Amino acid sequence: MSVRTLPLLFLNLGGEMLYILDQRLRAQNIPGDKARKDEWTEVDRKRVLNDIISTMFNRKFMEELFKPQELYSKKALRTVYERLAHASIMKLNQASMDKLYDLMTMAFKYQVLLCPRPKDVLLVTFNHLDTIKGFIQDSPTILQQVDETFRQLTEIYGGLSAGEFQLIRQTLLIFFQDLHVRVSMFLKDKVQNNNGRFVLPVSGPVPWGTEVPGLIRMFNNKGEEVKRTEFKHGGNYVPAPKEGSFELYGDRVLKLGTNMYSVNRPVETHMSGSSKNSASRTQESIAPNPLAKEELNFLARLMGGMEIKKPSGPEPGFRLNLFTTDEEEEQAALTRPEELSYEVINIQATQDQQRSKELAQIMGEFEIMEQPRLSTSKGDDLLTMMDEL
Amino acid sequence: MYRRERSIPLRGSAAPLCNNLSVLQLSARKLTYFGVVHGPSAQLLSVAPEGVPLAQRQLHAKEGAGVSPPLMTQVHWCVLPFRVLLVLTSHRGIQMYESNRNTMVYWHALDSGDASPGTWSGRVLVFDIPVKGPNIILSEELAGHQTPITDIATEPAQGQDCVADMVTADDSGLLCVWQSGPEFTLLTRIPGFGVPCPSVKLWQGIIAAGYGNGQVRLYEAATGNLHVQINAHARAICALDLAPEVGKLLSAGEDTFVHIWKLSRSPESGYTEVEHCHGECVSDTQLCGARFCDSSGSSFAVTGYDLAEIRMFSSV
Repeated sequence: MSVRTLPLLFLNLGGEMLYILDQRLRAQNIPGDKARKDEWTEVDRKRVLNDIISTMFNRKFMEELFKPQELYSKKALRTVYERLAHASIMKLNQASMDKLYDLMTMAFKYQVLLCPRPKDVLLVTFNHLDTIKGFIQDSPTILQQVDETFRQLTEIYGGLSAGEFQLIRQTLLIFFQDLHVRVSMFLKDKVQNNNGRFVLPVSGPVPWGTEVPGLIRMFNNKGEEVKRTEFKHGGNYVPAPKEGSFELYGDRVLKLGTNMYSVNRPVETHMSGSSKNSASRTQESIAPNPLAKEELNFLARLMGGMEIKKPSGPEPGFRLNLFTTDEEEEQAALTRPEELSYEVINIQATQDQQRSKELAQIMGEFEIMEQPRLSTSKGDDLLTMMDEL
Repeated sequence: MYRRERSIPLRGSAAPLCNNLSVLQLSARKLTYFGVVHGPSAQLLSVAPEGVPLAQRQLHAKEGAGVSPPLMTQVHWCVLPFRVLLVLTSHRGIQMYESNRNTMVYWHALDSGDASPGTWSGRVLVFDIPVKGPNIILSEELAGHQTPITDIATEPAQGQDCVADMVTADDSGLLCVWQSGPEFTLLTRIPGFGVPCPSVKLWQGIIAAGYGNGQVRLYEAATGNLHVQINAHARAICALDLAPEVGKLLSAGEDTFVHIWKLSRSPESGYTEVEHCHGECVSDTQLCGARFCDSSGSSFAVTGYDLAEIRMFSSV
């Protein structure tokens, strides 16, 4: 499988994560002058996005990311996003983090599956980066970091052949195999069926470089066309209008990877459409993982490169809820499969003294996501808050 | 015309690899064997007539040297004159089994080097297989490709006109045509045009090649001349198969379609001609494997990414 897949996977999933957080924070936005201390404002939202984006595009972190390497498990990758999501004043409960990760993965799976050409996954990545730059327009330093990543992507992927992109695409699809979480926005837009499978349309423009199906041409030994017939293909395709731009600025043409969330569309998921789906997900998590040590090394290297800005002075953690109400979030937490917890990684870490020291240091910087009774969480009912004072 | 038959359930969905379906028909015993890759293992099923599943087993890719668990890349039944071998390939190496038992008769480890297995460098490995027993030897390594090999097609050379025995295809779309003998000789090269060629077949001196831009091209093997170009699919082709008795060609693409074509030679000019016979849409499924289930092409099977069953079709 391709050893050049991780940067594309990470940047696109990261982009989706930012879209969702931005939408959710906007939905809970209160105008600055009217907000209480515990409510999200525009300033808070920008700060959270700035913090996460600058952590994501940190130079040391990008260096680690771009090294040729195999893809690691979904669990290992999720740990990286959990840390990233907590790079700022925002906190997420485990249930909200689950939901966020599900939305991110299903969105990118959809984009990879629907990419007309394997190389178009690079255009999808550029779409994400273009929108990310829109989030941090006022921060020239971070903009520079993103542009630098853009240059790295062009350098590494610009010269890859169609065959190598096909391999990258296959590697990504294998990573997403058997994930069928139903997302209400996809269901409403009819891009996903009720069984969780994505709709693959048989109409529309063909990929750049492909002809519309239906023509058979026959030639003689001199290469001259001697006969031409047509057949009924079954689809309803039209020629591709133009090729998307791979430059730093340009019309990407492709819409996949652009921000499909807006304030008025709540982000909902249905966790696994049938028991069969949840069973296969559980099996993947609890199967003995011979990779555990290598994964720990990977996490240590990758997260070691993440520079988390510590808020100066005591600042309460502001919680973001990915669900519509706190009750929904609690309910989701109760039905969460146990295997998604992180005890497993910790136990294996202590068996290797040297690694465990490094990892303990990193894990120590993690803030455990239990709800402290006295925290002021944004979104709490006013009455409940007053009880706790 | 073909109609849909009962599907055969799989324990795990098919991996999104090209040519991800192998079929072995044992007409004497009225059994059909199917092989599909899922992650690190190959699922093998035996099926009775009418699509009644009989038995299922799994074989895993051998660990070998290296850190990460190997993913399997292909499963294939090789029908040789005196025996049938089941061949599994992964990035770690090549495993060969007796077709009806779980005992491995041969293991060839590929160099791990910088995490790039041997055949990814484009080498074609030729093995001498004895009539029985495990005494399999690597006899030749053919150089001719610079990019990973995607598919190999062979046919016994017939008569003086058809000297070609073997065609190999790679990720750059290059086709190499070989003649067998005490050693293999490279007869001709057919260059690619910027897209991979994931699947290739050989029939009566005609090469059928499926490409990443959805085209099927037919060439004359002896000369490399292009005879037919079909704009067959709207996405990459993932598998081709031939029914040699009747000259039928099957193409499956990532655009969810399967097409059946009839190959023939024009009586006046002798040039290859193609006619479209049948098309089938497997809704919302990116196909990854397709095979005829018998040499007369009266039935065929397809596999798809995330699809946990083998879809069956037979002619009416």
